[in-house]
Amino acid sequence: MTHGARFPAPADDPRIPHLQARGLACDVGGRRGRRVLADVDLAVRHGEMLGVVGPNGTGKSTLLRVLAGVRPAAGGEVRVDGTPLAGRSPRDRAREIAMVGQEEQPQSDLLVGEVVALGRTPHRPPWAGGDDAERDAVLRALAAVELDHAVDRSVEQLSGGERRRVLLARGLAQEAPLLVLDEPTNHLDVRHQLALMRMIRRLERTVVVAIHDLNLAMAVCDRVAILHDGTVHADGPPEDVLTPAAIREVFGVEAVPVRHPDTGHVHLLFTTHEPADDRC
Amino acid sequence: MSAPVAVRPTSPPPAGAGAPVRRRRPRTPIVVGALLGALLLSAVLSIGFGAEPLPPRVVLEVLDHRLLGGTADPTWDAIVWDIRLPRTLLAIVVGAGLAIAGTGIQTLVRNPLADPYLLGVSSGASVGATAVITTGLFAGAGLWALSLGALAGALAAALLVFGIAMAQGGLTPLRLVLTGTVLSSAFSAFASFLVFRSSDPQAAQSVLFWLLGSLSGAAWDQLLLPTATVAIVGGLLMAGCGWLDALAAGPDTAAALGVPVRVLRNVLFVLLAALVGVLVAVAGGIGFVGLILPHVARLLVGARHRAVLPVAALAGALFLVWVDVAARVAVRPTEVPLSVVTGLIGAPIFLLLLGRRTYRFGGSS
Repeated sequence: MTHGARFPAPADDPRIPHLQARGLACDVGGRRGRRVLADVDLAVRHGEMLGVVGPNGTGKSTLLRVLAGVRPAAGGEVRVDGTPLAGRSPRDRAREIAMVGQEEQPQSDLLVGEVVALGRTPHRPPWAGGDDAERDAVLRALAAVELDHAVDRSVEQLSGGERRRVLLARGLAQEAPLLVLDEPTNHLDVRHQLALMRMIRRLERTVVVAIHDLNLAMAVCDRVAILHDGTVHADGPPEDVLTPAAIREVFGVEAVPVRHPDTGHVHLLFTTHEPADDRC
Repeated sequence: MSAPVAVRPTSPPPAGAGAPVRRRRPRTPIVVGALLGALLLSAVLSIGFGAEPLPPRVVLEVLDHRLLGGTADPTWDAIVWDIRLPRTLLAIVVGAGLAIAGTGIQTLVRNPLADPYLLGVSSGASVGATAVITTGLFAGAGLWALSLGALAGALAAALLVFGIAMAQGGLTPLRLVLTGTVLSSAFSAFASFLVFRSSDPQAAQSVLFWLLGSLSGAAWDQLLLPTATVAIVGGLLMAGCGWLDALAAGPDTAAALGVPVRVLRNVLFVLLAALVGVLVAVAGGIGFVGLILPHVARLLVGARHRAVLPVAALAGALFLVWVDVAARVAVRPTEVPLSVVTGLIGAPIFLLLLGRRTYRFGGSS
């Protein structure tokens, strides 16, 4: 596995990160809300796949929403190719960054192609849609997730795994160079988790992905950032970051790194740190 | 279709034995054409129904006389042109408007049970109309006083719902549903209180009218405002149909797709409140049309607004034309309030929709 950009940066200056967060802060729950992110610094290079891991409730989803510009930051800023995201119109922003949320479900009374065509929204005026050029973009996006044969099927006829892929295709149809994915493998079995993550790796995009499964993160991500208590606890190549010490501190779990006998890749085995009767 | 970029299917279709490959769905232009034809036919036929039944030939004679300069009996001319045609046209406008408003409100609050009166508009109108009767408000406006009172009450109610929802943090779907429901109950209670305090027996009758709806007062000079409102609001919603599709997928999804969610919601609310306010002022509150017809349209042509809006509007117009016919012939010589008819027809239709396994009311599982 290569740690670093999978393909050359299209930007003039390769030192400028594709997506960068500086001193990012965010509150949830209105004016007297709780601060979930404080002073988050992150940088993602062109073509890189960054995995964001961390315990439940540590602010991963919030961070992804702020990075994608779906939710405003309370402090700090997000930059895309060196220019601040905050000054852009929603439409311009959606052409730069596509996001698929964690608990999203495609509407059941749409066809697969119609769900994916939603991704074309930032590329057309609000009254347009459904022409041949759009259909090509939709088919390309569906082909990338191997569902182009289902374009005219009802969403209802799809399995859970296929629905996640349809939502990913909607994000791809946005044709934005940056892709932000919140738990794309949620509710999928192990085979479909691996298949979907491999699919995402093959895309020629810069990807930020929140992920629960540390082994999956280790297997597919170029770099991993551990989010803990609303800030970045560690950030770097997966095998340097996901150490037993870091996992003990952040997750409260003992991890043993084991080399796979065939591939030589490092996998983590977990044992609970505290007696099992404790809080979960 | 001839695609310039050849995209070969990379995966074979799964070999599910006997599984339907795709859901059959009629093309939208065909549905729209069929509904238009049915509506035109129904409009002519519906004019024949009433205290004096008229054959379609007579109706066509009068239309020919008025529009193309033919000859017609002056008695029939008066019945058809002055009384029944404006009533049928009002049924078309109000039915279309309610279906459009229902489609919009269901998208705004992302709730399949939402109907146009969720914004507190019809109960607000009944308060306004009752106040006119019991206190003599707007007496200077003559015959228009009631409509004016209803419109004022409707808009005041919508403004209150809007203001309270905004003050609590914005027009999120759940907050709008709850605020609208609670304030509707409060307005209804206030209207009942006004009736209870009043010695005028007409007050109770009037509240019934505003809550249950009727087209009995239809006249040519009443048509302009509702027609213009329905046309403008319907046109604006069509102009934003792509954004409405995104909004129906959820606020975060819409934001990720580059839609200015807050602006869109506020504009949608104002348009819908104005539309429903005008409809209530001319026809009272008519239940079930705005609730059911959007679902019927989605069942027919799928959930995209570009298809749902015109189909729902035409189906709503068609539906209300025949509901009004039923209302005036069912219990002669009196008229049944429209909501009585729409409720009796609408409830079984809704239950039928509920029973369909292939329609999920926009739900996701």
